[in-house]
Amino acid sequence: MSDARTAILGRLRASGQTGPLPDLDTAVLERKQWPATERAALLRKGMEAVHTEFLEATPADWPAVVRACCDREGFKNLLFGPTSEAGSALAAAWAPGGTHLMPYDRPVEAFKDELFTGVDAGFTGTVGGIAETGGLLLMPGPAEPRLMSLVPPIHIALLRSSTIQDTFWSAVKHLGWGRALPPNALLISGPSKTADIEQTLAYGVHGPKRLIVVLVDDLY
Amino acid sequence: MKEVYFYATCLVDLFFPDAGMAGIELLEAAGVRVIFPQGQTCCGQPAFNCGYWEEAREVARTQVALFPKDIPVILPSGSCAGMMKNHYPELFHGQADEAQVRAFSSRVFELTQFLVNELDVKLTDLGEPVKVTWHSSCHAVRDLGLVGEPKQLIAQLANVELAPLTREHECCGFGGTFSVRQPEISGAMSCDKAADAEATGASVVLSTDGGCLLNVNGTLEAKKSPLRVQHIAEFLWERTRAR
Amino acid sequence: MHADTEIKFRDSAAKALLDPQLRANFRRAMDGLIFKRKAQFPNPRDLEDLRDLSTAIRSRSLLNLPALLEQFETQATKNGIQVHWAETCDQANELILGILRSKGAKTLVKGKSMVSEEMHLNAFLEEHGIEALESDLGEYIIQLDGETPSHIIMPAIHKNKNQIARQFSQKIKDAKYTEDVDELTAMARKVLRQKFLDADAGLSGVNFAVAETGTLCLVENEGNGRMSTHVPPIHIAVMGLEKVVATLEDVAPLYAILTRSATGQAVSTYFNLITAPRGAGEKDGPQEMHLVILDNGRSRIYADPQLQATLRCIRCGACMNHCPVYTRVGGHAYEAVYPGPIGKILTPQTEGVGVRHDLIHGSSLCGACGEVCPVKIPIPEILVRLRREATHEDVGSQVNGKGTGRTATEDWAWRLWALANKRPALYRVITWFATRFGNALPAGAPLIKDWTRTRTKPVPARRSLSERVRAKGVPHV
Ligand code: SF4
Repeated sequence: MSDARTAILGRLRASGQTGPLPDLDTAVLERKQWPATERAALLRKGMEAVHTEFLEATPADWPAVVRACCDREGFKNLLFGPTSEAGSALAAAWAPGGTHLMPYDRPVEAFKDELFTGVDAGFTGTVGGIAETGGLLLMPGPAEPRLMSLVPPIHIALLRSSTIQDTFWSAVKHLGWGRALPPNALLISGPSKTADIEQTLAYGVHGPKRLIVVLVDDLY
Repeated sequence: MKEVYFYATCLVDLFFPDAGMAGIELLEAAGVRVIFPQGQTCCGQPAFNCGYWEEAREVARTQVALFPKDIPVILPSGSCAGMMKNHYPELFHGQADEAQVRAFSSRVFELTQFLVNELDVKLTDLGEPVKVTWHSSCHAVRDLGLVGEPKQLIAQLANVELAPLTREHECCGFGGTFSVRQPEISGAMSCDKAADAEATGASVVLSTDGGCLLNVNGTLEAKKSPLRVQHIAEFLWERTRAR
Repeated sequence: MHADTEIKFRDSAAKALLDPQLRANFRRAMDGLIFKRKAQFPNPRDLEDLRDLSTAIRSRSLLNLPALLEQFETQATKNGIQVHWAETCDQANELILGILRSKGAKTLVKGKSMVSEEMHLNAFLEEHGIEALESDLGEYIIQLDGETPSHIIMPAIHKNKNQIARQFSQKIKDAKYTEDVDELTAMARKVLRQKFLDADAGLSGVNFAVAETGTLCLVENEGNGRMSTHVPPIHIAVMGLEKVVATLEDVAPLYAILTRSATGQAVSTYFNLITAPRGAGEKDGPQEMHLVILDNGRSRIYADPQLQATLRCIRCGACMNHCPVYTRVGGHAYEAVYPGPIGKILTPQTEGVGVRHDLIHGSSLCGACGEVCPVKIPIPEILVRLRREATHEDVGSQVNGKGTGRTATEDWAWRLWALANKRPALYRVITWFATRFGNALPAGAPLIKDWTRTRTKPVPARRSLSERVRAKGVPHV
């Protein structure tokens, strides 16, 4: 359909709609700033309002916190990315027995049915968080595939408080996403939800029914 | 002595002359000399809104010519003031007399805004205690930013209690030709507005615009409600004039 | 797909007004949305600044549109997305059918996309033997009943819980009757999960397309958009050509104002940035990605400096949530893909101002829409412009169907009106008669008849103001 392309672009150009470009005043975005020490609480407030659960942890004990959570919930397995930073650290600390650590190490086609029906929870890292509204930033990819945070009914995400940015806007700048983006990048602010039936909120409509954030305080 | 022109608007001229008289009296009481050019008719808004700009322009041009002096033009209507102030420049864009019309538009004021912002009037309430509610006209709010002034005037009246509507900023359903082109929707909106007003427990609804008055009063009357909408100028004058 | 005859908004609206359940559903829902939006903007200055910024970003994007589209195409192609262009909905439908056929795809699972509604894609695919299943819960609900969306963000907003409960119990296999929203949601989840798993292809709309990186941005709460775009082996996205913006930094404020304006959320559950199909080493994601860029009249709208503002729209739905007409009649009365204020300016431009004359006049011009629009589209002004275009044939205007809504009656009415209002003497005679005999007008006279359905007849005062000021001696110079 290159004909359509030529015709459309031709029409757009022919209309000669150019002119002085309006200035962009981003002060309203720049005003949104908080000290690093306050961002985690703000993020938490925003995300808890939409049913996200939080577990507190330290840089040293977070694998144990994840483990304790799995034991408590009685997960038979936990899907993880064996080559990701968070995933490999988790695996290194994982004692045998109890919840089985299930690596996402093959193409989805090889275990699609199992992924959809046989996984209790998925564990991923994050590349940052958003203080203003609450939200996690994820960069799915080879080490942590896209469906890990979507298909299992529970998503456990590791967030380091030092990576929390003020706003989505400042995070985009900080992470350099304006110049180059991975195949998939993602903001998640809570478990999947809908209000399509009479404006009544219901959680877990398509994606995870629960989102558990393991918040690692690494600011000091 | 300060001088102003008064522009009645066609609805006030024909349906609400008491409101027009009260507006003039309020201005005079504030020490202003009011000039009422005879021959004024309609601001042209009905034709403008329906897309008949040539016709609107012809009429607008005859109106502008009636107000030659460089003094304020006061209207007891937010909608018509919005038309003359904000839409005349658009209507006359590229016309030979655009500059002249723009100069006229810059002199246009809605009555309550003029009373508060230019004259800083101080009112003394001489009336009995009463509960009122306020219906804001859409064009007054959105074309002129007329939000606070009428309430500031009402607040000056010691015996007047203001009970807000649940949906103060929702359209009453008049919309000029809309009321006859879409009578069912318009009627549904008017009935809701009337019900909202009745639920406030107020004994009078105040507004700035003849269109809203005509519409909501007609609806209230059809419902056999004792409640009525009154133009704010008339209300203010009734309560403050010495008897 | 649309009739050539004038569709009477007035008639369908009148019918909708008689349905108390429908009116209650809409009023309740719109009140909730208005309240929630307001709560998101506690500081009026932040709101206005954010609206200004968003408006500027959309305006800039449009001013640069051809260049941005090309930049986007180059970048997206480099990322491995196959970009297609369609001048019309028919072309877009054929393109998608071609893609699906070439892969032997029989089932398509859809994330929410208003452009696909514009194309009537589902019906087209069904005709050609391909199942197109909506997966957004609201879209799923209306698809079960063969309905169209009544709102661009909340497609099933016209239905209440009981209606949905009844519908599910009848139409979903093995479903029991329940009015519990969690249970209803779980039923849909179960059906749709299997569909995601089995689908040969997924389709989505696009909220923003980023030129610099070739990225498609999708805003959603449910996760069905992510499912539709990441689970099936093929992902096809469709978007109107106006969706492109320069950078991801430009997207941030638009996203911030979109969710707040739409549903009163500070942020959506998911904001999904898709830049490429499954990459080297990736274990999931679609192997193939296509994007269809649709014109369907947009380039014509683009050519007009005033009407171009229509294309700034980010489809938040705030204009309908705040519209006193929409609130009362609901989305279906418009008989258009896009209902409410944005539909009233968009539909006549794409389908013809004469054909949809009814929509152009279905507004009291109260301005509530323009007041809340996050990208400051002057909807009332555009309506007036289109009213003008419908009845006049201006030189240079490219408006679709200009002049075709003109009638001799209306022409004469305005000519007479002008005559009366520019001749003071004549006006004075008319008002004299009106004040003396206005009350004698029969209630059945045209205009009066419509006016008096719900109101008493307006009665002129006994003396006009002009007469009274003359009598009082108010100076006239
Ligand atoms: S016109 Fe404005 S308010 Fe309406 S949907 Fe578009 S962006 Fe939102």
